[in-house]
Amino acid sequence: MTPAAPQRQRRNRVGKERLPAPALFIAVLAITFFALPFLGLLWRTPWSDAWDVLTEDSVRTALWLSIKSSLGATVFAVFFGVPLAWLLARVDFPGRSVVRALCTLSMVLPPVVGGVALFFSFGRRGLFGQYLDRWFDFRLPFTTWGVVVAQTFVAMPFLVLTVEAALRQLDRRYEDAARTLGGSRWYVFRRVTLPTVRPALIAGAVLAWARALGEFGATITFAGNFPGTTQTMPLATYLALESNPQEALVLSLLLIAVSFAVLVGLRDRWLGGVDGPAAG
Amino acid sequence: MSVHASIGVKLGAFELQAELSVEAGEVLAILGPNGAGKSTLLRALAGLLAIDRGRIAIDDVVLDDPADDVFVPSERRPIGVVFQNYLLFAHLTAIENVAFGLRARGTPKVEARNRARAWLQRVGLDDHASHKPRTLSGGQAQRVALARALATDPRLLLLDEPLAALDVGTRSEVRRDLRRYLESFDGMRVLVTHDPVDAYALADRIAILDAGRIVQIGTINEVTAHPRSRYVADLIGTNLVVGTVKDGVLTTDGGTRVVIADALPGRSFAVIRPQAITLSGMTPADSSARNVWSGTVGNLDRLGDRIRVGIDGPLSLTAEITAAALSSMGLRPGDVVHATVKATDIEAYPA
Repeated sequence: MTPAAPQRQRRNRVGKERLPAPALFIAVLAITFFALPFLGLLWRTPWSDAWDVLTEDSVRTALWLSIKSSLGATVFAVFFGVPLAWLLARVDFPGRSVVRALCTLSMVLPPVVGGVALFFSFGRRGLFGQYLDRWFDFRLPFTTWGVVVAQTFVAMPFLVLTVEAALRQLDRRYEDAARTLGGSRWYVFRRVTLPTVRPALIAGAVLAWARALGEFGATITFAGNFPGTTQTMPLATYLALESNPQEALVLSLLLIAVSFAVLVGLRDRWLGGVDGPAAG
Repeated sequence: MSVHASIGVKLGAFELQAELSVEAGEVLAILGPNGAGKSTLLRALAGLLAIDRGRIAIDDVVLDDPADDVFVPSERRPIGVVFQNYLLFAHLTAIENVAFGLRARGTPKVEARNRARAWLQRVGLDDHASHKPRTLSGGQAQRVALARALATDPRLLLLDEPLAALDVGTRSEVRRDLRRYLESFDGMRVLVTHDPVDAYALADRIAILDAGRIVQIGTINEVTAHPRSRYVADLIGTNLVVGTVKDGVLTTDGGTRVVIADALPGRSFAVIRPQAITLSGMTPADSSARNVWSGTVGNLDRLGDRIRVGIDGPLSLTAEITAAALSSMGLRPGDVVHATVKATDIEAYPA
């Protein structure tokens, strides 16, 4: 053996992170805790009926509604959430921490409470809903728009917090550089700030979308459970559990598959290995 | 065509008060230690920081005048800035970086691209047009940053530590190239650096900034011939004494007497070259030299075959002797030593 070989081996061993055995054991327990429910689900899945369940009209309707409403909620979350994150990150105004708490409250609230709150503010007799009804003949509860509103309400904080953190970490000298080149504030925001926080924006949008897709409590409270208009996949799954557990299993599996694929795919493609300007 | 600036900025406990002017075609280097206020000065000129007192004008157009309530923001000043670490936009290619300023000012896409390409050609990087900044070397990134800053035809080009991000191996080559590109630009140029070598190589005039004040401004020869601050004296490696001259004797604020041959009365600086100092172990009993100071040996620094000997005493001095002299005297740190200087070897000038 050459003298160099054992040295290289040793260096590798030092370079690798080694967890103390008790911590490693606990971490493996945690992984098991996350994995077991899915194994249980897979174990009971009636694979022979799966295709029939998935091609049922009611399931296809619920899936399509879920995709539509969750994507709609994501668009709203990005449209309103990015300026909000920018305000929270950059503008120093009195009561900023109160505003931040208010705008992220729905993250920690039981979704049912959020749904109740939405109902009494945007419902037909709600504080604002009555005017929507009277002046515009527009009603949110028990409509698909109501689903989108409920999902946006619980999902937007995920985007806001993610983007705000990125805006705080951003090296503002790049924005200075853009301004000395003649960029107006809006131009600099579009051409430098947004591209720089893009990884965080995508991460936040994915989190918000996943939260919207899984939204149950606020939706059923505020928008009800009407097939075709407000019955999203989680609602359909819950209902199926009582009438047809086999179907509930297949629906659950479908939701898991979609969410899992998106989380894995996006993390590798856009979130890992993306350099900010700091790397240049 | 010129820049006139009187800049007063207060940032917490730090206060910057600097007057400077730059003529067309001139390169002014602002040289000073870290924390002297160089970057603050540059940010004020660039319009990234509003001044509290004073006035900034380029070609008689006022850009900042708090007394008159005038402030032209950065994006509407006729300036270009090469930032420290260059700050190229990582999500854009080299040519998109250069075109950024033109696009921001509303130049149509195709025209902006053509002009950006011409600029990349001028700095010899047209074959790197579609490269992302992270694939460029330090010197290449600097040239892209320079092209980006010049593409919008600024009147005033500001450079913040343009060579500090480079490693020593490539620095002299990049410095030479930068000098060539700076010469081809006929506007006014202000360069901020902490490295005197950059200032000597690139600038026509030097302003020494120390603790928020410009302590000296002039050509390189003027500044180095008659240093007016400890910082400059240390840069060129000489001893600077300040005090009041009366009857051919300069008395420092600490009360040490320095005999000087031709000195005008009043507040004065005196330069004592390290080579003019003679060291001896015993008190020189009978010497024509008029100045003898005792002290202890401090640092010994070798410079080729010469040794620079720090002497801690009433005057903190550096003497330069040969290695042979050092070994025959057997000097060690802590030894008592006597420094002798002839009055005719000291040059004094009014403070």
